[in-house]
Amino acid sequence: MKITGLILLVLLGGFLFYGALDFPVWGDPNSPASSHLSPYYIEHSFSDTSVPNIVTSVLADYRGFDTMFETIVIFTAGIACIFLLKTSKTSAPESRMYRHIPTGITLRIEKGGKYPEESGHFERIDSVWIPYDLIIRTTCRMIIPFIQVFALYVIAHGHHSPGGGFQGGVILGASLVLFAIGFNLRMAIRQMGEKITIFMCGLGVLIYAGTGVLSMFFKSNFLDYSALAPLLGTNTVIARSFGILFVEIGVGIAVMAVMIVLYYNLASAGKYDEGL
Amino acid sequence: MIWQIELIILVLVVLFGIGALAAKDLLSAAILFGAYSFMLCLLWAIMGAVDVAFTEASVGAGISTVLFVSAVLRTTRRSDN
Repeated sequence: MKITGLILLVLLGGFLFYGALDFPVWGDPNSPASSHLSPYYIEHSFSDTSVPNIVTSVLADYRGFDTMFETIVIFTAGIACIFLLKTSKTSAPESRMYRHIPTGITLRIEKGGKYPEESGHFERIDSVWIPYDLIIRTTCRMIIPFIQVFALYVIAHGHHSPGGGFQGGVILGASLVLFAIGFNLRMAIRQMGEKITIFMCGLGVLIYAGTGVLSMFFKSNFLDYSALAPLLGTNTVIARSFGILFVEIGVGIAVMAVMIVLYYNLASAGKYDEGL
Repeated sequence: MIWQIELIILVLVVLFGIGALAAKDLLSAAILFGAYSFMLCLLWAIMGAVDVAFTEASVGAGISTVLFVSAVLRTTRRSDN
């Protein structure tokens, strides 16, 4: 079996390299992409969309349809993860661990016992993660707001600098993942619940596609943001810049929500209770 | 760009890639994969594709490592093949 796999690997890898030989050399100025497509983008991107970062204008405006389906791919990944991993809430753990905060004593309460109220005196802890982590918690509490502001900056400033919806959304999702790791999963779920997260997965895609449909209402093509100019009260160039911002926000929301959903489901094995 | 740095990073990408495949311990494979992604991110930055480098840093080196580690915690830690 191993030999067959090796032969297949060498054969298919050989085909791949043979096929790749026909590609133009890296950085070749005479390749079709560099001689027809790139000059158009480089020369017209700023006058068409008033976006200095050409990558953003290509990604969200000229190739907006591509990016919409990239967002849908991520959305589908999140939904598939929910379908695969999510289990019903009935499978609660056999016993719960609590910590009495003033004394630091850990209590283990079997199923059927009376659980203490979540108050200032008792806090529930995961059975696999016991240490009292004051330094980690304080650091997380200090650093998370800065991460979130940076993520919003990355989304909003994608027109001028590297960044955009995908990166900003991931960083925004990562800040909540850090919160879930630094504190615990239940606290993160209390901040951002399961249903609202799944709703936001769809909302992001809806904002993206909605911007496209909105430009259809102004008798233009799908995702042709220049048609939104009368609605925004600007000229067509600035309207395209705004259109890019709208879809970037949509992408950011969808990516953030999907990252959080993936983390919730993977870390807690679909139980949304005890996790990493 | 200084070709020596490029060469070092390129060699490290290959080494980390092979290491991630060869590691028996899944947790160290996940961490090695994160290192591989980070080196790849540096390589994108050297080639001037800053947006791709940013995506690689946040998605590849950042959140996917976290997702791998959280998935490893729910499985047996060592692989048997």
